[in-house]
Amino acid sequence: MPAIAFQQVGKTYSGARGPLRALDGVSFNIERGEFFGLLGPNGAGKTTLISILAGLARATEGRVQVMGHDVVADYAAARKSLGIVPQELVFDPFFSVRETLRIQSGYFGVRHNDAWIDELLAELGLADKADANMRQLSGGMKRRVLVAQALVHRPPVIVLDEPTAGVDVELRQTLWQFIARLNREGHTVLLTTHYLEEAEALCGRIAMLKQGRVVALDRTSALLAGTASTMLRFKTDHALPAALAPLARVTGRSVQLTAHDAAEVEALLGTLRGAGVKVEDLEIGRADLEDVFLEIMQGAHA
Amino acid sequence: MNFAGTETLLRKEILRFWKVAFQTVAAPVLTAVMYLLIFGHVLEDRVQVFPGVGYTSFLIPGLVMMSVLQNAFANSSSSLVQSKMSGNLVFLLVSPLSHWAWFAAYVGAAVVRGLMVGLGVLLVTVWFAPPAWAEPWWIVVFALLGAGMLGALGLVAGLWADKFDQMAVFQNFIIMPMTFLSGVFYSVYSLPGLWQWVSHLNPFFYMIDGFRRGFFGVSDVSPWLSLAIVGASFVAVSGIALRLLKTGYKLRH
Repeated sequence: MPAIAFQQVGKTYSGARGPLRALDGVSFNIERGEFFGLLGPNGAGKTTLISILAGLARATEGRVQVMGHDVVADYAAARKSLGIVPQELVFDPFFSVRETLRIQSGYFGVRHNDAWIDELLAELGLADKADANMRQLSGGMKRRVLVAQALVHRPPVIVLDEPTAGVDVELRQTLWQFIARLNREGHTVLLTTHYLEEAEALCGRIAMLKQGRVVALDRTSALLAGTASTMLRFKTDHALPAALAPLARVTGRSVQLTAHDAAEVEALLGTLRGAGVKVEDLEIGRADLEDVFLEIMQGAHA
Repeated sequence: MNFAGTETLLRKEILRFWKVAFQTVAAPVLTAVMYLLIFGHVLEDRVQVFPGVGYTSFLIPGLVMMSVLQNAFANSSSSLVQSKMSGNLVFLLVSPLSHWAWFAAYVGAAVVRGLMVGLGVLLVTVWFAPPAWAEPWWIVVFALLGAGMLGALGLVAGLWADKFDQMAVFQNFIIMPMTFLSGVFYSVYSLPGLWQWVSHLNPFFYMIDGFRRGFFGVSDVSPWLSLAIVGASFVAVSGIALRLLKTGYKLRH
């Protein structure tokens, strides 16, 4: 039995400008103990899919199961198996950090949970904020409390919806060490993020969504291997020749071009030299997940 | 049934208003005392509603019940709207709590706040005109049922409203007219025929009339009729609230 099973999940929102198809026949499983990444550009349907998983939205068609429990028919068991870290930085201004965690624990029917709450506070660097009101915390601290709230009932499946958006480096490190430990201890983790280097470092398997459809689903290593595996990177102040401009990924002075083998690298350099483009800091490297992501997103016409 | 979860949500909802009790309990008590001082002083010698009952004595149970009803409504409705607007309702939405648990906790906390404010008004005003306690069981029955119904109505309003101004519409155009046309300040038999008829369509009238019966042993209509109407209203509004919660109306897209 997989930790999460999406079966032909579709979602249509009725908007002012006609129906909007947010998800279209999404099917895949996440096995127990996996660290799984869900990637896609804004509006691809990641948050809709997670909302359906969490019971915050209902699928128009298809079904979703968590640890074998249907998220609609058997919602109580499904939600007990899930810990969701929401994307928005929300909090209840009436309560302190410890009260917030005790309340969240209570909702799940778990009383007398202070030992685990203390451990969560310590692991997430919140111990000295336990009695502070939620309003007094900085954004990063509030984010840590959201993570603690998601874990307070010890769910076997943890869902992190862009947990590191706007989060400083120190918290990212603390957070990933802690989540990686939970994953080693057997928790299944589903992560959506815009930081592709995070996904590449952490996720064993990745699904990519585009316009509500799964356009890639594979082991991270296979995704990296299966694409144009060499990248030519350099910096220049010159305009690229017309033949190369549409192929290049340009960020300020930095330019990236895909090359499948040494001959292509030579050809590219030849074109640049012929056009009189002065190249600095030239390097040839392996493609990273960002390259794979862009290649798939440009190639997949859903 | 997740009893620990239901109890946690009930306790959280009570704590929510208790932490700002000055605003949620003390302020409405003060408002009711102001009504009593002003209306009681002006009308004491001019109005007699029940034979042998002074106007101030008559007014006290009405003001107590009005405070119970308004605060029960305010508690569940404002809590829900606040949580929806600030987004922290998500913590409850991802929990395994059933629609029954939501209902029990929100209405339960509304009843607690309504009764606390009502008791506060009673404790402060009772010194102005000590009431008789003719049939005290009616006091308890109507206070509980009235607070329960307004708590459930607040739940419906809180689910429906997306913003505070929509909430204010509900409060100003439904709750306030129904309260003022219910006989808090007068016997409805002193009204012209049409307004008497309108008042008899208003469940608040039966709540206040039944509640007052408990103090004076006299009422405009039979307390059993009032009990039947208030009970039926409570069941009907609760049914709507439970249905909205179950279908996730404006909660789960």
